[in-house]
Amino acid sequence: MIWDWDYAIESLPALLRGLQVTLLATLLGSLLAFALGLVFALVRRSRVPVLSQLVWAFVEFWRSTPLLVQAILIFFVLPGFGITLSPLTAGVVALGLHYACYTSEVYRAGIDAVPRGQWEAAAALHLPRSRVWLGVVLPQAVPRVVPALGNYVISMFKEVPLLLAIGVVEVVTVANQLGAQTFRLVEPLTLAGVLFLLISYPASLLVRRLERRVGVL
Amino acid sequence: MFDNLGLIVSRLSEGLSTTVIAAVGGIALTVVLSLVAGLGMLSPVAVLRGISRTYVEFFRGTSEIVQLFWIFFALPALTGFQIVPLAAAILVLALNHGAYGGEIVRGAVQSVPRAQYEGALALSLSSRDRMLRVILPQALVEMLPPFNNLFIQLLKSTSLLSLVVVTEITFIANSLRAALPVSEQLTVYAVLLLMYLVLSLLITAGMRWLERRAAARLGRTRATPRINSRLHKEQAA
Repeated sequence: MIWDWDYAIESLPALLRGLQVTLLATLLGSLLAFALGLVFALVRRSRVPVLSQLVWAFVEFWRSTPLLVQAILIFFVLPGFGITLSPLTAGVVALGLHYACYTSEVYRAGIDAVPRGQWEAAAALHLPRSRVWLGVVLPQAVPRVVPALGNYVISMFKEVPLLLAIGVVEVVTVANQLGAQTFRLVEPLTLAGVLFLLISYPASLLVRRLERRVGVL
Repeated sequence: MFDNLGLIVSRLSEGLSTTVIAAVGGIALTVVLSLVAGLGMLSPVAVLRGISRTYVEFFRGTSEIVQLFWIFFALPALTGFQIVPLAAAILVLALNHGAYGGEIVRGAVQSVPRAQYEGALALSLSSRDRMLRVILPQALVEMLPPFNNLFIQLLKSTSLLSLVVVTEITFIANSLRAALPVSEQLTVYAVLLLMYLVLSLLITAGMRWLERRAAARLGRTRATPRINSRLHKEQAA
């Protein structure tokens, strides 16, 4: 069996449509992970008894267990408890929740890296709590964490294909479908790999440039 | 909800050995590939640097699932050659995580202060002794914490093998799901997640132990070596 260029080119449009879904899932999953991760980081920092320990335990547990199992749990088991989500929504929730456990650590490191003097100055000025966070700490912490967050977006992008287990029609699912129709999987699957490389390699170069600019946390 | 807990645990445990073999085999091969790729990227020979860099960027850039499907489905179609599933699984896990590990090794070796290298050179140690006796023992201490994270990632990745019909614990859980009522499906996945948690805690415990040993070998520890503690006791007496 050899490589068939005609078939490869023929399968490209369908793969690109699949790639759009992959990118959409990455985008929505990242936004959820950024927001939820910040909430986790702030709750853990708040030292509210019980609640902040619970969040800590959840983060440690959730990031030690496979995303695939979590996605299956959310999509196949939750409907039994009255929570029915479409494959894409379930996938985005699974990605967002899993990666929020990583991003919360990133935010924590970013907040810890804000010099003590900034906190003291904010206290000396008697700024209200909300302004300490929104006006002083987070504007300094967030730019520092952008490269680390970027790295997690890239790894999330490469993990989207495992949502094929819950029926999200992303690029590898499309490759499998093409393979099932034509009994030729080599071309679409290889192209899917190339598409991943074409996006994630330049993206990782970009993140490395950002790291040089703002420094590694 | 817990009526069949014993049954669920025993059924899932049937896949535990496969998960553990895949993880341990994958970790062992990952360590080898990481060292080869990491040292390759630091090699004075440009060709070796090029090969190592290409390997690392290729396997980090293409998705792990694509790699897995490629070895399981595309390779046999191309070559007519089917590898034993578990062996193919270990190979993919190691090729993928070895690429990340290569960067860890490279970073750790580069983080050893230059004076150490110069000192070894001044003592006219051979290049092999410089690496094995001076640089690597110090780099090892830096490598172990990121390798801990990498090995946990690898453990989590063994769940992907369920997609290529390797009967590890996630595969068994998925096949149990179809046969059980809703309330017990949750139990299945709760037990499954706990199994992964316990395995990852075991990895962390093992790596912490290695970290302490590696640090102690460099004398970077508070625990006094045995011979000295005996000395202290004699002095105290």
